Amino acid sequence: MGILSRKVTCNTHGQDSSYFLGWEEYEKNPYDEVNNPNGIIQMGLAENQLSFDLIESWLAKNQEAANFEREGQSIFRELALFQDYHGLPSFKNAMSGFMSENRGNRVSFDPKKLVLTAGATSANETLMFCLADPGDAFLLPTPYYPGFDRDLKWRTGVEIVPIQCTSANGFRITKSALEEAYKQAQKLNLKVKGVLITNPSNPLGTTITRTELNRVLDFVSRKNIHLVSDEIYSGTVFTSPGFISVMEVLKENKLENTDVSKRVHIVYSLSKDLGLPGFRVGVIYSNDDIVVAAATKMSSFGLISSQTQYLLSALLSDKSFTKNYLKENQTRLKNRHNKLVSGLEASGIDCLKSNAGLFCWVDMRHLLNSNTFEAEIELWKKIVYEVKLNISPGSSCHCNEPGWFRVCFANMSEETLEVALNRLKMFVYGPSSTTRSQSEHQRLKTLRKMKVSNWVFRLSFQDREPEER
Amino acid sequence: MSLDKNMLSKLAVGDKHGEDSPYFEGWKAYDNNPFHPEHNPQGVIQMGLAENQLCSDLIKEWIKANPQASICTAEGIDGFSDIAVFQDYHGLKQFRQAIAAFMERARGGRVRFEEERVVMSGGATGANETLMFCLADRGDAFLVPTPYYAAFDRDLSWRTGVRIIPVECNSSNNFQVTRQALESAYLDAQETGIKIKGLILANPSNPLGTSLDRETLRTLMDFINDKQIHLVCDEIYAATVFAEPGFVSVAEMIQEMDHVNRDLIHIVYSLSKDMGLPGFRVGVVYSYNDAVVTCARRMSSFGLVSSQTQSFLAAMLSDQSFVDNFLKEVSKRVAKRHLMFTEGLKEMGVSCLRSNAGLFVLMDLRQMLKDQTFESEMALWRIIIDKVKINISPGSSFHCSEPGWFRVCFANMDEDTLQIALQRMKSFVLRDRENKNCNNKKRKSFQENLKLSFSSMTYDEHVRTPRLMSPHSPLVRT
Repeated sequence: MGILSRKVTCNTHGQDSSYFLGWEEYEKNPYDEVNNPNGIIQMGLAENQLSFDLIESWLAKNQEAANFEREGQSIFRELALFQDYHGLPSFKNAMSGFMSENRGNRVSFDPKKLVLTAGATSANETLMFCLADPGDAFLLPTPYYPGFDRDLKWRTGVEIVPIQCTSANGFRITKSALEEAYKQAQKLNLKVKGVLITNPSNPLGTTITRTELNRVLDFVSRKNIHLVSDEIYSGTVFTSPGFISVMEVLKENKLENTDVSKRVHIVYSLSKDLGLPGFRVGVIYSNDDIVVAAATKMSSFGLISSQTQYLLSALLSDKSFTKNYLKENQTRLKNRHNKLVSGLEASGIDCLKSNAGLFCWVDMRHLLNSNTFEAEIELWKKIVYEVKLNISPGSSCHCNEPGWFRVCFANMSEETLEVALNRLKMFVYGPSSTTRSQSEHQRLKTLRKMKVSNWVFRLSFQDREPEER
Repeated sequence: MSLDKNMLSKLAVGDKHGEDSPYFEGWKAYDNNPFHPEHNPQGVIQMGLAENQLCSDLIKEWIKANPQASICTAEGIDGFSDIAVFQDYHGLKQFRQAIAAFMERARGGRVRFEEERVVMSGGATGANETLMFCLADRGDAFLVPTPYYAAFDRDLSWRTGVRIIPVECNSSNNFQVTRQALESAYLDAQETGIKIKGLILANPSNPLGTSLDRETLRTLMDFINDKQIHLVCDEIYAATVFAEPGFVSVAEMIQEMDHVNRDLIHIVYSLSKDMGLPGFRVGVVYSYNDAVVTCARRMSSFGLVSSQTQSFLAAMLSDQSFVDNFLKEVSKRVAKRHLMFTEGLKEMGVSCLRSNAGLFVLMDLRQMLKDQTFESEMALWRIIIDKVKINISPGSSFHCSEPGWFRVCFANMDEDTLQIALQRMKSFVLRDRENKNCNNKKRKSFQENLKLSFSSMTYDEHVRTPRLMSPHSPLVRT
């Protein structure tokens, strides 16, 4: 056999990770209410399936866009031929407006600084190609989206060095964690080119606080490096403290048009907020002309289908639609989130308090046999194969504490969520769960929590900060 | 506004994207002054864009008759949510099946394609880059016969770090690639320590407009098999073949050549040329190597086809009677345009490389060059853009080893515009011939009187401009 590239044989694509193995198990035995009620329920997929009806009813009222027509004329030919990597102007204008709306119109986006890419997957990879050379590093707060290992590293040759965040302070990014990560990179002889944050966070489901944002900006400023802010969940923030974009913080600190602002780049997508991952709509926003120019050229490798650009430009230009959608979507997410949280509570399981995202960061440390990642995987396997729920173990998100799991809540019907919660309850309390076993469990849990928090307190109390909730 | 260049990657600040080449320069001239029959009849006619605009009516008709094919119409909306969430990099099964079927029919049903091997990519652009990422490491090389598609420099090399080793072909045998040329290029590379991982070529060829015959394909396949290196065939113009020897795909040859290692064979396909749908970004990597299929599929995450588009095309391309009629018409209409254009050129004494495919011809303007240099080619090209107002692509942008060849596209405008372009060419060619005759006469008589020759100012005023020192540094527009 001819020899293939190292990329084929290495496993930097990360697809041997448990994150993807759970998917595979689900694929083999997917839950279906009618046809396969004992199948695995998919709770490892951060999809937003709650608000399609809103888009569908818009489509019903706007058949022109659906039919490749504009003012009664067919524009099929125009669209079929349109492959300009600058993108459809009307679409870029609509995206800029939508992004602004998502930030309460507190900041505005210039369509000329927007680059269209095939999903956030492509946007993140492209930014790495533009900002770093092979062997350079980016710092990422843990836990982080498992797909970053593939998207940021695989074909680019860029390394990720983790900024360790812990449950001691709700996984907030601290100054010492930033400095520590930077030092670690230097020890490994890696040149740090920037920090990449996800705000709101995946898998935590929390928005990054103003304090943290200022802290990170200060850090990148001092180190003279880039900041990439992946804000693809910005429209999923359903309760206070609300979403603060790094763009806003730049504005507040009067840093627009400075060198620092040129090193801040945003990634956005319609996959989470609008629930349209199939349409492959990603965006890079940068204040640096060279980055915009280079990224635009690179987008040739993953442009957005012109028919999709056209459809979405019509959808997103309709301000009455977007206003209503954002509000309604957030309400539905909030309700779902609350349902999951209270359902977990009924099983004696806590979550990290969150205000965004399509998932909860669930604390199952008290269910571990030991405080180890082996025990975490053991528990995870039980949950996938016995409880028949596909959830994502924290280790796949590079969490440095075993026992945390990401559980998605927006990619199934409410009934299915019920079923999932019941299964979990049965698992935790046994099939004949009595109030006595429930309280026993609660007692054990509280005991363990105390032990853990004492230990954590001793180690990291200097990093504690008052929570900004 | 931009940062200190050290802040960014070498990729971002370098020029290896190749977009400073004259291939793209001509596009800009067109963008600034585009021809329009009513609004701008003196504008630049775009003949540098290999687009297929000949068959969109057939697709429009089908769309009208099949509203259920769209997930946005009343008839199709029930499928909206399922399609909108579908981001599985395997792609929709119906889509893969429809693509495999279309590829089979574009090869006259002489081959079978397995839908499990159909891998999506961001257009052929994405497909070519992905294959390089899969088959070669940074610093490795691929052989590419010249002249080749200008953007290969970007697609194959830019982010992958893979080198292109050109295999020179010349007009003495109609630019056919020979075993000797391949062996020679391979040996040279070896001697300088460059690791050749494979051979990549377009069949039918861009810019030649020719398809490979069985003999040549056999030679190529024996060559790569002997060396145990990869063969990537970019077959995106498959359906545009309109004359003998017809289209022979590498897929067909594999069936006949048992001894060739299938793990080395990979096909790139797309709907951008055959169907005229470049905007929909439908690229395909089809490999006979399982490990490559798996890897390319994972990489397709970086350039999946929009599920809205997959769904639409799955419906359209499953309609066999539509597909068969469409393929017949493409070939017919391309043939007609090709004839109209080449006959028109013949009338004015301009010949083209004999071709049987593609959306362009390779025009032979060697006679019109002041001398057989690339500087003269660029000078002539600038005149054609600035004075004749036609954007065509100079051979040097395709790495042609001989000056004087120009690729001219004929399928991206209506017949009237094509006629106007021919008219403009005719006036220019005749005027140029007249000038030459005139100057020859004058030169003769001056020489007799030992005075300086009164050579054509038209060429000199361009050639003398100091910036024009190499084929790849276009003149500043006046």
